[in-house]
Amino acid sequence: MTDHDLVRGARERLTQAATGLARTPLSLLGLPLIPLQLVTYPLILVTVGVPLLLLFTALARRYTGFFRRWAAGVLGVEIPPPYRLPENRGPMTRVRTVATDPATWRDLAFLPVNAITGVFCGVVPMALWLGGAFGFMVPLLWLTNANSIEYTLVDIDTPGGFVLAPMIGTAYLALAWWATPRIPRLHARVVKWLLAPSANATLTDRVRVLADSRADTVDAQAAELRRIERDLHDGAQARLVALGMSLGMAEELLARDPRAAQELLAEARQSSTLALAELRNLVRGIHPPVLADRGLDGALRALALAHPLPVEVDLELSGRPEAPVESAAYFAVAETLTNVAKHSGATGAWVRVRHEHGRLSLMIGDDGRGGAAASEGGGLRGIERRLAAFDGTLGIASPVGGPTIVTMELPCELSSVKTSSSSGTA
Amino acid sequence: MRVVLGEDLVLLRDGLIRLLQAYDFDVVEAVDSGPALLKALVDHRPDVAVVDVRLPPTFTDEGLRAAIEARKRVPGLPVLVLSQYVEQLYARELLSDRGGAVGYLLKDRVSDVKQFVDAIRRVAAGGTAMDPEVITQLLARGARDQPLTTLTPREREVLSLMAEGRSNGAIAGRLFVTEKAVGKHIANIFGKLDLPLSEDDNRRVLAVLAYLDRV
Repeated sequence: MTDHDLVRGARERLTQAATGLARTPLSLLGLPLIPLQLVTYPLILVTVGVPLLLLFTALARRYTGFFRRWAAGVLGVEIPPPYRLPENRGPMTRVRTVATDPATWRDLAFLPVNAITGVFCGVVPMALWLGGAFGFMVPLLWLTNANSIEYTLVDIDTPGGFVLAPMIGTAYLALAWWATPRIPRLHARVVKWLLAPSANATLTDRVRVLADSRADTVDAQAAELRRIERDLHDGAQARLVALGMSLGMAEELLARDPRAAQELLAEARQSSTLALAELRNLVRGIHPPVLADRGLDGALRALALAHPLPVEVDLELSGRPEAPVESAAYFAVAETLTNVAKHSGATGAWVRVRHEHGRLSLMIGDDGRGGAAASEGGGLRGIERRLAAFDGTLGIASPVGGPTIVTMELPCELSSVKTSSSSGTA
Repeated sequence: MRVVLGEDLVLLRDGLIRLLQAYDFDVVEAVDSGPALLKALVDHRPDVAVVDVRLPPTFTDEGLRAAIEARKRVPGLPVLVLSQYVEQLYARELLSDRGGAVGYLLKDRVSDVKQFVDAIRRVAAGGTAMDPEVITQLLARGARDQPLTTLTPREREVLSLMAEGRSNGAIAGRLFVTEKAVGKHIANIFGKLDLPLSEDDNRRVLAVLAYLDRV
């Protein structure tokens, strides 16, 4: 360690100790919130407690929110707020949600614990630094006849006290050096322990998200099946009926009126062609054959080829994701590219696909006018829902004026059956 | 004319065999999987092969891969690929060796027996037979291509039919004009697209397809 490092380290630590000390009153500031909150509960009976409770809880949550953010920053982790959301905005519902939320009571318990921890963590480092410095000052004070001053374990009468005091001071400084960066972390850990969502709350939250996404998926699937049923019923099935009719009539007419029979047969052929075209479109919507054949690589390149704009596909995958994920990813890209063609006014687009850290990441960008958002009932919202079924996420960066970049992430593993890597402009 | 047929669905295979025999083709072997198809193509070296894209064992694009592989081993081997759907990607792969003698048609086209048989003969003779849907897609992509936009509607019609691989005579018949008029249209098209006008029909088709594929 050079002198320079030593000076810098000392400056950093002293700043830390000072800010820690400054946090002490802040830790104490929360204490009045305890009686304020508790006293409002009986007041609910006389109605006035309702706004008061909501006000003081909101204050308490802002207060704990500050410490949550601070601790998250110190520990470099995310500490999400653990609170339950009220089912509606009615005041009584909100009071009930607040009162029955375990997080409210954990917040309450946090206030005294934080006051004690905050004072301890604020005072101790500064005390150690000052105590260490004092160890060097004590001998000087003794020289100026301040004989009554005592220092840790030594006073003016202790043999060798003039040497011992600075040594003890050095020990204090060493301890301060070691402890200063650790003490805020200790405080932050206490904060996290009390303010992070409990395992129970995290699981409850997760169950809620899963239930939501499952309901969405089931709905979407049912709607999809209904659409397929309707398409088959109105399309291919009707055409096949018409085809059967034409053939039957042609059979009847063959002997009597061969010309009319020939016309009917031509009609029948026409029907079969149309039925096939409709089935083909339907199949494309269910599972594009090229996706089955070639995986994402080929399917996305085929998509780019068929797109009205030039689309650059840059894909590096060491294998294929599971079929459902692959399909979801394909349709998400397809839908996004359709949006690009319809709304963006872009002259070109690009698709980038990678698999990193157990996640399939897809980026679709265009040079259009931007301003895209996942509005309810819109295409992007649909994609978001579809991805949610696989724990996937959708992000949109689309400033007005463009460019737009849509990012999707899907957790998945790749089966390393074959290596595919390609890039090129279509 | 000796034909090797690659089709796994019995119904379609029997139908195709019956159809081909009715038009005096000699079906030397009809196989139902990718590996068997590759072997048959290399062993028999037929005058033309009619191949379904999707074949066992993988039920993916096994037929296409076998056909492309066979053409690598037997350069210029005429292959007509049939599929329930058309992908430009596959058309591009088939055309990529610039050798011609390839076809890529929707299975539906079989129902127009005359046209279908004509397409097989064309491919066997070293020509091309591209599905109109492939050409439509290619032309849709070329919507913003400057030279293409200068074509007259009639010239676009001629271009589409030519890209499908049809001869001047066939185009003339379809559009109810004389072959000479078609020749003039073609000269105009090649002028506008700045392509070298070749005497050879097949070369012209390949040049047009290559042009459309690029835009």
